Amino acid sequence: MKALTYEQAMEQFDPVFGIEVHVELNTATKMFCGCANEFGAEPNTQVCPVCLGLPGAMPVTNEKAVESAIRLGLSLGCEIRESSRFARKNYFYPDLAKDYQISQYDEPTCFEGSLDVVLDDGEVFTVGIERAHMEEDAGKNTHKGGTGGIQGADYSLVDYNRGGVPLVEIVTKPITGAGARTAEVARAYVATIRDIVKALDISDGRMEQGSVRADVNLSLRPKAAAGEDQDAVPFGKRSETKNVNSLRAIERAIHHEASRQAGLLLAGKPVVQETRHWHEDTGSTTPGRSKEEAEDYRYFPEPDLLPVEPSREWVEELRGTLPEHPAKMRARLKEEWGFSDTDMRDAVNADALSLIADTVAAGAAPQSARKWWMGELARTANDREVALAELPVTPADVAELQGLVDAGTINDKLARQALEGVLAGEGSPREVVESRGLEVVSDDSALEAAVDEALAAQPDVLAKIQDGKVQAAGAIVGAVMKATRGQADAGRVREIILQRAGVEG
Amino acid sequence: MTDWTRASAAQMAAAMKAGEVTSVELTQAHLDRIAAVDADVHAFLHVDAEGALATAREVDEARAAGEELPALAGVPIAVKDILVTQGMPTTAGSRILEGWEPPYDATVTRKIREARMPILGKTNMDEFAMGSSTEHSGYGPTRNPWDLDRIPGGSGGGSAASLAAWEAPLAIGSDTGGSIRQPASVTGTVGVKPTYGGVSRYGAIALASSLDQLGPCARTVEDAAYLHEVMGGHDPMDATSLDEPVPSCVDAARQGREEDLAGVRIGVIKELSGEGYQAGVEQRFEESLELLKARGAEVVEVSCPSFEYALAAYYLILPSEASSNLAKFDSVRFGLRVEKATVEKTMGATRAEGFGDEVKRRIILGTYALSAGYYDAYYGSAQKVRTLIQRDFAAAFEQADVLVSPTTPTTPFKLGERLDDPLAMYLNDVATIPANLAGIPGMSLPSGTAPEDGLPTGFQILAPAHEDARMYRIGAALEKALAEQWGGHLTAQAPELEVAK
Repeated sequence: MKALTYEQAMEQFDPVFGIEVHVELNTATKMFCGCANEFGAEPNTQVCPVCLGLPGAMPVTNEKAVESAIRLGLSLGCEIRESSRFARKNYFYPDLAKDYQISQYDEPTCFEGSLDVVLDDGEVFTVGIERAHMEEDAGKNTHKGGTGGIQGADYSLVDYNRGGVPLVEIVTKPITGAGARTAEVARAYVATIRDIVKALDISDGRMEQGSVRADVNLSLRPKAAAGEDQDAVPFGKRSETKNVNSLRAIERAIHHEASRQAGLLLAGKPVVQETRHWHEDTGSTTPGRSKEEAEDYRYFPEPDLLPVEPSREWVEELRGTLPEHPAKMRARLKEEWGFSDTDMRDAVNADALSLIADTVAAGAAPQSARKWWMGELARTANDREVALAELPVTPADVAELQGLVDAGTINDKLARQALEGVLAGEGSPREVVESRGLEVVSDDSALEAAVDEALAAQPDVLAKIQDGKVQAAGAIVGAVMKATRGQADAGRVREIILQRAGVEG
Repeated sequence: MTDWTRASAAQMAAAMKAGEVTSVELTQAHLDRIAAVDADVHAFLHVDAEGALATAREVDEARAAGEELPALAGVPIAVKDILVTQGMPTTAGSRILEGWEPPYDATVTRKIREARMPILGKTNMDEFAMGSSTEHSGYGPTRNPWDLDRIPGGSGGGSAASLAAWEAPLAIGSDTGGSIRQPASVTGTVGVKPTYGGVSRYGAIALASSLDQLGPCARTVEDAAYLHEVMGGHDPMDATSLDEPVPSCVDAARQGREEDLAGVRIGVIKELSGEGYQAGVEQRFEESLELLKARGAEVVEVSCPSFEYALAAYYLILPSEASSNLAKFDSVRFGLRVEKATVEKTMGATRAEGFGDEVKRRIILGTYALSAGYYDAYYGSAQKVRTLIQRDFAAAFEQADVLVSPTTPTTPFKLGERLDDPLAMYLNDVATIPANLAGIPGMSLPSGTAPEDGLPTGFQILAPAHEDARMYRIGAALEKALAEQWGGHLTAQAPELEVAK
């Protein structure tokens, strides 16, 4: 059996896919108790009888989480059910404190929506949303010894800090008609969800920390013969690839699964309906639990909680708080900022849009803001292997820095040094300029002295200049700049050189 | 010298106020009584003499200092082991929780502490409240103080027996299908299941969340009323708790004692009589009705045809919810752990060893009823029956202010008699279960002893949801009329237990 390339697979088959996105909400407290909802604390320090599932403890619904879920549902064009219920999903697992997960089953709060996603070339693809429902996250198991997996581990540890963290799970309808652009659509869909939750400020939207996680379903079906309706061809067996946690990985996982399934089908072998694990290092998937032996979760309505019954007035009030759709916002900003397609796409891909917007809001020109974030700072973030937003510099810092350049207090080169200081935690750009003494030397007498010294040191160059070879002045400028540690205004230095050489410019 | 254990809680509270007795003396008297009789009765799983006396001393000191104290301050109380108590073992009658000390207090535990009532200890119960005889406790059965060969009812047999044996004047119970009322009935005491949501369930180890309700156990209606007011009220920690004021139970009981029942309509539920009901039980029930009539009440007959299906529906809903509620007993975070090679095997072995037969029976039943493909036929149908029963009650309450029946079809049976016949055991709760399915309040109070066996019979009063006070009015009226006949409370007629040296 030979694996095909993605392109080959797409030539032969019609892909159908679906995506489940889990969004971790950024509420102050957990879904059903008062514990802090924070990433990165010492294990088992953000726990209480409720999220530890101690005997007798009872859940109480976090109203803020309900509000976030409804706002997200509205942003996805969903209907908001007048009365929805929580249900218990029963299964035994050590990281699930109560051995059931409180989720929503037959009555999700948000259902029947659709989302427009904009592809790189501007084409708009509409994704149908089946539901968006609330649930609680499980704790986290760590297996010690052996290979680090549960099999063969010496022992396992459970951290319940994440247990009970509020999640919204967004489930698409089967997505058809994307053809060879399936991977691109999938990526753009998850990116759009991420942008929406960030714009709503209901999640930090950090895929690398798992606050937005995706499971990708994919199946292939034969291409319809010419003149036949592709929608009439039944779906193939699907695989569900779990925990695909970056935009790039989503594309790669779809490439891999399409190629793998196409290879099987062409070899006359069946595709097994199963969950599969994604391996970032090899860009491949391996089988997980087969759906045939899938557990029966014995869902039933959660008797410890009342139904969620948001009033219509409240829902409409929340609708009024929705931010602009990210695609619309992008189009508007592109126009306002005068960015090219490439500028805009690069900024979006680098996750720099809101940083640039905030920098512009703090007073910088759009192109200057873009230049800093997509240039010096993007390089630094890349070197440090962190997201742009994680750098210890704020949009206000960048605007201040640019302001200093615009005022002539520092030049570009000095500005980069000042930024280095800011990134090193030495203070604001102005503070760094002061403490490092980075201001441009604008005192002519100091510059004249430096020029005289340089000219005296290189009489041959002085002769050349006086001989009319004005470009030779560059060497003197360089020497002066060196002597003033870059703090001179090169233009002014050149003027002074020409003056001193007696060749007025 | 007065034997204070024979007094009512209200009398104790008054005597402490009047300086006739101290809380330490009261508490010590009950601890002495427990030491004297509990080897036979086995009402308690854990006695906290030190903690109870410490609370008593604080109350006495506060009273001496002239502090304003809550009504029941200093009156000792027994707590069913279903309620978590910080720093005091809590097992819910199960071996799987042996030695577990909860790191937190149930809301009702907190309220008892705030009411400054010394907690004598934790009372025995059927494991996880599954049973009608306390024989399913993982720690051995409780015996009925009226006849030590007989069951004290269940699941709250320990709480009821502690009252009947004069080991405590008040106790906390929990009622999922009759676990407060049936034990009250067979021990000649008073037990109340409040309206669902009237008392916080936070910290009560869940059996069936949609049916469970904590309530007061006492020897008199007035005492139950006082305790009900301590326990009740909205709790933000329990989403199903009612956001409304605590009913005025004490006032209603006073009204019942002092005023006649003119204009009160009492509905006798036709379906809760006849076949399966012991003659003496029905006789005492009829006599009680006559007493109520004599005080001016109008007695009418009502019909609740769907009650026929109540037991069947109950034994689908309860096991379904219980199978999920009891999943957390998996050895990972607390309680028993039977270590095996893998976590799955460890969970399995722990549950196999830690749970008793009745618990396993119901977990299996519930797991089955919730399974894909069976859900609609079992859990779904049971929920529909529940709606029908609620409609029956709604219609009956159109015709009557309260509904009444015998609490249990029979007087207490002998230990071991029904252990091999779960269905016969379940039938003991046939009259109490409908109230849980509908979420309405119910009370059981003594109506006498059956002439044929001399054992206690119970009278059940049911009221519409939120109308708990009505039961106290009718109950107090009947209690007063009966006491006038008997020359005191029924418990005074119980045979004296042999006191250990």
